[in-house]
Amino acid sequence: MEKLRGLKCRECGRRYPSAPVHICEFCFGPLEVDYDYEALRGIVTRTSIAAGPPSIWRYRDLLPIEGDAAVGHHVGFTPLVRSQNLAEELGVSELYIKNDSVCHPTWSFKDRVVAVAVTKAREFGFDTVACASTGNLANSVAAHAAEARLKSYIFIPADLEQGKIVGTLVYHPTLVAVEGTYDEVNRLCSEVSDKYRWAFVNINIRPYYSEGSKTYGYEILEQLGWRAPAHMVVPCAGGSLITKIWKAIRECTALGLVERAATKMHAAQAAGCGPIVTMVKNDTDVLIPVRPNTIAKSLAIGNPADGYYAYRAVKESGGYGEHVSDEEIVEGILLLARTEGIFTETAGGVTVAVTKKLIEAGVIPRDESVVVCITGNGLKTPDVLSERLETHVMIRPSLSAFDRALAELKFQAGQQGKKENR
Amino acid sequence: MRVRLTFPPERIQEPIIYHLVKDFDIVTNIRRADVKADHGWVVLELEGKEENLERGIAWLKGKGVKVDPVERDVVVP
Ligand SMILES: Cc1ncc(COP(=O)(O)O)c(C=O)c1O
Ligand SMILES: [Zn+2]
Repeated sequence: MEKLRGLKCRECGRRYPSAPVHICEFCFGPLEVDYDYEALRGIVTRTSIAAGPPSIWRYRDLLPIEGDAAVGHHVGFTPLVRSQNLAEELGVSELYIKNDSVCHPTWSFKDRVVAVAVTKAREFGFDTVACASTGNLANSVAAHAAEARLKSYIFIPADLEQGKIVGTLVYHPTLVAVEGTYDEVNRLCSEVSDKYRWAFVNINIRPYYSEGSKTYGYEILEQLGWRAPAHMVVPCAGGSLITKIWKAIRECTALGLVERAATKMHAAQAAGCGPIVTMVKNDTDVLIPVRPNTIAKSLAIGNPADGYYAYRAVKESGGYGEHVSDEEIVEGILLLARTEGIFTETAGGVTVAVTKKLIEAGVIPRDESVVVCITGNGLKTPDVLSERLETHVMIRPSLSAFDRALAELKFQAGQQGKKENR
Repeated sequence: MRVRLTFPPERIQEPIIYHLVKDFDIVTNIRRADVKADHGWVVLELEGKEENLERGIAWLKGKGVKVDPVERDVVVP
């Protein structure tokens, strides 16, 4: 079946054959994969999808690959949790958590995009994949390159924390630390991708890579019994995820997989790096780049490539957006852990905190369904919590020591209770 | 070299690109632009000697113009 028609410029509409290119030669606009939806209608059905594997590849007809998946056979199909406790705490009746903090194999939704990108890189015949990253993307590209037995070059700013370096190096890539300002690192990587014949997942492979994010949306709709929720709260960095979830919802409507899709897409960002939410709040399609200053490092893109398209997705869907402070982000992480037993990273803290704010402001009515998009794992960013966690009790190995400690804890809890009741 | 220039409000009225061409011997080729009352950006191709490009870009930055690859931020968290 010829489902792929190559690439198409998002700005001027010019068409290109399928190739590892990402920018229109005429207007320098971004290129996007062009599908033949007519051909897909009737072929992609609820039944055909249900017959597929429990991974992102059950949606392969809507992904830009020609053959079979080369890597990441177990990526995706993460839990959609119906929340009781958090819903109660936030005062809403129907709340779900899409939990990509347990995405296989590197614990973030980036595995979805990278599995598609690396498969595509193999189809194009590349022997090397690359990316420029400070976190989740670096982990995922290195892991999938290892699985595909491809060489990988991962570019990072030289001052990256040790934890993130280990989480990448363990997969044995070539890790290139670049000394320079952030802008210099950006420009260099852009130039490297022009010069070397490598599959730079988020540069020359970007049109294919970004399509992987659609699977996050398909899964939510399928897991809801092919129903679209009234609201989704999505964390934004480059703005690709929210754009592609919105695209997934529209595709599912066009293909007749869902009847009515009136989902309002809400953008979640940190106050210290929120250029997309600023566009939404100011109601302007002009993106003003910012210098990031937030603990939500995985959302710290000051000049997002898809900022304009993310803004458009929010507007078209009738959604809104909100900024949250670093304190609110930490509260968000703790709230999700305390109520649902899910430990997410700072990006998830942003999403939870933004959801809370939007509910309190009445933007999300209390009787409408909401999906909170959790996209990464808390064990990658434990440092942000170090000052906020209670210390444990320490005792000698005797029962009487334990009894005393327990009595002390109960006494303290009683005092605390009295104070709160006053 | 393909770049995106973002102009601060106070520079919108100035003939920045004219000076880039004239003073640094750079050839420019504008592909897309959007200039509003208070902000503006232009996506263009710059051609010239490596050192002229470097000097031209340094001059732009000195003027408060943001110079980015057309892809914008390439380093992804
Ligand atoms: C955990 C996590 N959530 C959300 C995002 C945002 O995705 P996007 O850049 O597509 O907006 C990122 C990375 O960029 C991320 O690492
Ligand atoms: Zn174009």
